Amino acid sequence: MEYETIIGLEIHAELSTESKMFCGCSASFGGGPNTKTCPVCLGHPGSLPVTNMKAIEYTMMLALALNCEITPRSVFHRKNYFYPDMPKNFQISQYDIPLSTDGHLDADMNDYVRKVGITRVHIEEDTGKSIHIGESGRIHGAEYSLEDFNRAGIPLAEIVTEPDIRSAEEARAFMQLLRATLEYLGISDCKMEEGSLRCDANISVAVDGKLGTKVEIKNMNSFRSLFRALSYEEERQRFALEQGGGLIQETRHWDDAEGKTHPLRSKEEAFDYRYFPEPDLVPIEPDPEWVDRLRENLPELPQARFHRFMEQFGLARDIASMLTGEKALADYFERAVETGQGPEELAKWIAGDLSAMLREAVVPIQHCPVAPRGLGELVALVNQKVISGKMAKEVLREAFETGKGPQRIVDEKGLSQIADAHELEVVVDEVIAENPGAADDMRTGKEQALKFMMGQVMKKTRGKANPEVASRLLKQKLIGRE
Amino acid sequence: MKIIEKDALSIAGLIKGREISALEVTRVFLERIDKVEKKVKAYINVAAELALSRAKEVDMELADGVEAGVFGGVPIAVKDVLTTRGFPTTCGSKMLEGFVPVYDATVVERIGRAGTVMLGKANMDEFAMGSSTENSYFGPTMNPWDLERVPGGSSGGSAAAVAAGEAPWALGSDTGGSIRQPAALCGIVGLKPTYGLVSRYGLVAFASSLDQVGPMTRTVRDCAALLGVIAGYDPMDSTSIPGELPDYVGALTGEVKGLKAGVVRELSSEGIDTGVRERFGETVSLLEKLGVACEEVSLPSFAHGLSAYYIIAPAEASSNLARFDGVRYGYRAPGESEDVWEMYDRTRAEGFGGEVKRRIMLGTYALSAGYYDAYYAQAQKIRTLIVRDFGRAWDEYDVLVSPTSPSTAFKLGEKVDDPLTMYLSDICTIPVNLAGIPALSLPCGLSDGLPVGFQVMGPPLEEPKVLNVAYALEQAIGFDARPEL
Repeated sequence: MEYETIIGLEIHAELSTESKMFCGCSASFGGGPNTKTCPVCLGHPGSLPVTNMKAIEYTMMLALALNCEITPRSVFHRKNYFYPDMPKNFQISQYDIPLSTDGHLDADMNDYVRKVGITRVHIEEDTGKSIHIGESGRIHGAEYSLEDFNRAGIPLAEIVTEPDIRSAEEARAFMQLLRATLEYLGISDCKMEEGSLRCDANISVAVDGKLGTKVEIKNMNSFRSLFRALSYEEERQRFALEQGGGLIQETRHWDDAEGKTHPLRSKEEAFDYRYFPEPDLVPIEPDPEWVDRLRENLPELPQARFHRFMEQFGLARDIASMLTGEKALADYFERAVETGQGPEELAKWIAGDLSAMLREAVVPIQHCPVAPRGLGELVALVNQKVISGKMAKEVLREAFETGKGPQRIVDEKGLSQIADAHELEVVVDEVIAENPGAADDMRTGKEQALKFMMGQVMKKTRGKANPEVASRLLKQKLIGRE
Repeated sequence: MKIIEKDALSIAGLIKGREISALEVTRVFLERIDKVEKKVKAYINVAAELALSRAKEVDMELADGVEAGVFGGVPIAVKDVLTTRGFPTTCGSKMLEGFVPVYDATVVERIGRAGTVMLGKANMDEFAMGSSTENSYFGPTMNPWDLERVPGGSSGGSAAAVAAGEAPWALGSDTGGSIRQPAALCGIVGLKPTYGLVSRYGLVAFASSLDQVGPMTRTVRDCAALLGVIAGYDPMDSTSIPGELPDYVGALTGEVKGLKAGVVRELSSEGIDTGVRERFGETVSLLEKLGVACEEVSLPSFAHGLSAYYIIAPAEASSNLARFDGVRYGYRAPGESEDVWEMYDRTRAEGFGGEVKRRIMLGTYALSAGYYDAYYAQAQKIRTLIVRDFGRAWDEYDVLVSPTSPSTAFKLGEKVDDPLTMYLSDICTIPVNLAGIPALSLPCGLSDGLPVGFQVMGPPLEEPKVLNVAYALEQAIGFDARPEL
């Protein structure tokens, strides 16, 4: 039997507009509970929604970036269901006439490209946040619940993909690319942990081309949990099928701590939403010229930049992909390239040591203490053989920790390499005189002796000896050849 | 003539001319309320203190030579479906008993800016659902013409207050006839404006695509004047129409010669009481005497208007009223609930009255999966047909006319247990809401001592024409009967 995993994603991205979707309240994150609310987003009797055109513009930009077709006249619908964090007990969303349809986003998987169809991109409002007090931490069995409506009414773009994704890896790669796209467009904070980017998945396993039972997975709050949850679920479903067991269509909740999915109690999931056109709002009819202008003014997107980085800078696929996966990182790289140093070397430093330091210190690249110019300086010092590659790593760490420029660190600490053959010759002679045994070993061709002698030279120069020059001198003096 | 018998514009003139102070006027009306309210019960909450202090403010402004608004010091009653900041707004429901809004409805703000003094919040059918004001949680309002009869509804409190001299004019709201039908039954003027002409911000929604706020007055001139105050674009209401407003009072020339009126067959023959039909026929003759060519016109889609309305309005209501859940404001069922769903169930079971629950159920059903196409989508098609039928009529006629209500005021309790019969009270007024056009009800005489209403309908935004035709008729009819209390 041949198994094939079929995955479709439903993503919600909070848009980083100044104000909420249908009222003037601030849409920013944080603040005391219920401090960013008004009669509209609290659903007070008599209040009415007014569409935030900036949110429409942002969603339109996203739709265009995902190669979607813009609907000439799209409609808001009410999605009716009761939940305490929904002030009106309906959510203003879109239904059968969404803002845009039929796009695609192509995830690079290194040795192949996964083209993922975008069914639709639409706009809706977010709900408030509930905190359920009680043992379960869920609404069922809660002693009481606290509601914070600051998030209620924040604009959300909903992106629904076709079931084109074939593995957990692909799902993660797609989400990373989508996140990067949102970031490049500058329309969302894209923080999965803070919930400004959320993802649900539909996953099934087809057997010999016959479609399987679809299961919806919720509560995946990071790229890592998305990958783990889908891997787990893929395995669970395959196992069930192999055992000849049945699967039921259901919604399952990912428990990150436990590393498992659990069925959700049916009351927490959907019923009949009784969608109908929102009578308080007029349809969205974007001016085609405005849409054209938005299309023309789209910034360079991650995929285009990825290809450009490979072509223009000769970067390897994986490094180009890594750098362009985060706009600020790619910007940093390009500014470093402006120093005139080799792009490949710069890229390696950024992707390697620098990224590791940033991760370790939990500092975003935007606030990196080493400026792009500083990194260029560091690479120049290595290229000019002022410092060794090994020394450079230490200089970078020092620069990262103190914020000082690499040149200044090298100067202050006197770290410049001793590459002057005359200066080094004195040291080499001393080492030979002090270690006659090792010198003899070298003369008789023992390999390890060279390493020992080099170590002694480094010790005497406190690591500043240019290794190539020192090794050449030792060989000349003891073996008579270089 | 006593102050309480005067129209609002006359009172405004007296105050402006310093013949009487705003405070005296307010006192006179509060005394009248004191005297007759036990019999009529037009108000849910009287704002006596608020009104007196507001009236004093107006007097002070006048003394300082400050413009106190076009209708400085003129009292007004406001239907309790409009939010009033700091003053209870109940919608006639236990669900909102004691609820105090944090903001003023746009129309409330506008009448305030015009200097009017709010006397109180007028009684209504719960959440504006009903045609008799018997569905108010706070008890029914009585018709001032016959205290054993209903004032109509849902704006029955507003209509009764004006008819009983408890306010010179009032604001009502009209979703399927809720301004015009009580105006007809109480012998006053009531206008439902074009959908989008008056802001709905702060009007607690019944059926959003049909609701509209409008004036309820003694005279057509007052009606035009109050419309001028409340109409106009509001950025807080997405369905509000932008643009300059015409001079509604200035349009009242009384000159109607050469106009053409269509008498809508579907609204003026079958099912209309004899007495109503007689007064209506006489009024049409009068209209012809004024030089308006009248002929019968058939608008066949209207036969389905009531059915379509009782799908669309409850569907929207079922969603609009979902927010009354006991979580954030209003009534919450006392005692412990097992979980939030039980709290919802108990709160809504206890907080809503029978008619509201009936409509929520009707609407929920109509929107349910598998039924949507058969009910809601079908009703929207009928709505489109009605809009088209009206559109064709406007090619031929300047206005359309019909009786406002098939009967005069009926007895309290007569129809309250028979919803279908009650729903038929709105048969003549409903197509107007479905099409979003303006329509006015004018008193055109009495039948067995009870007022009869004459409905004038016009094309979208043609309020000046509708008002002028009504004005010409008003002068010709000379209706000056008053209920005795």
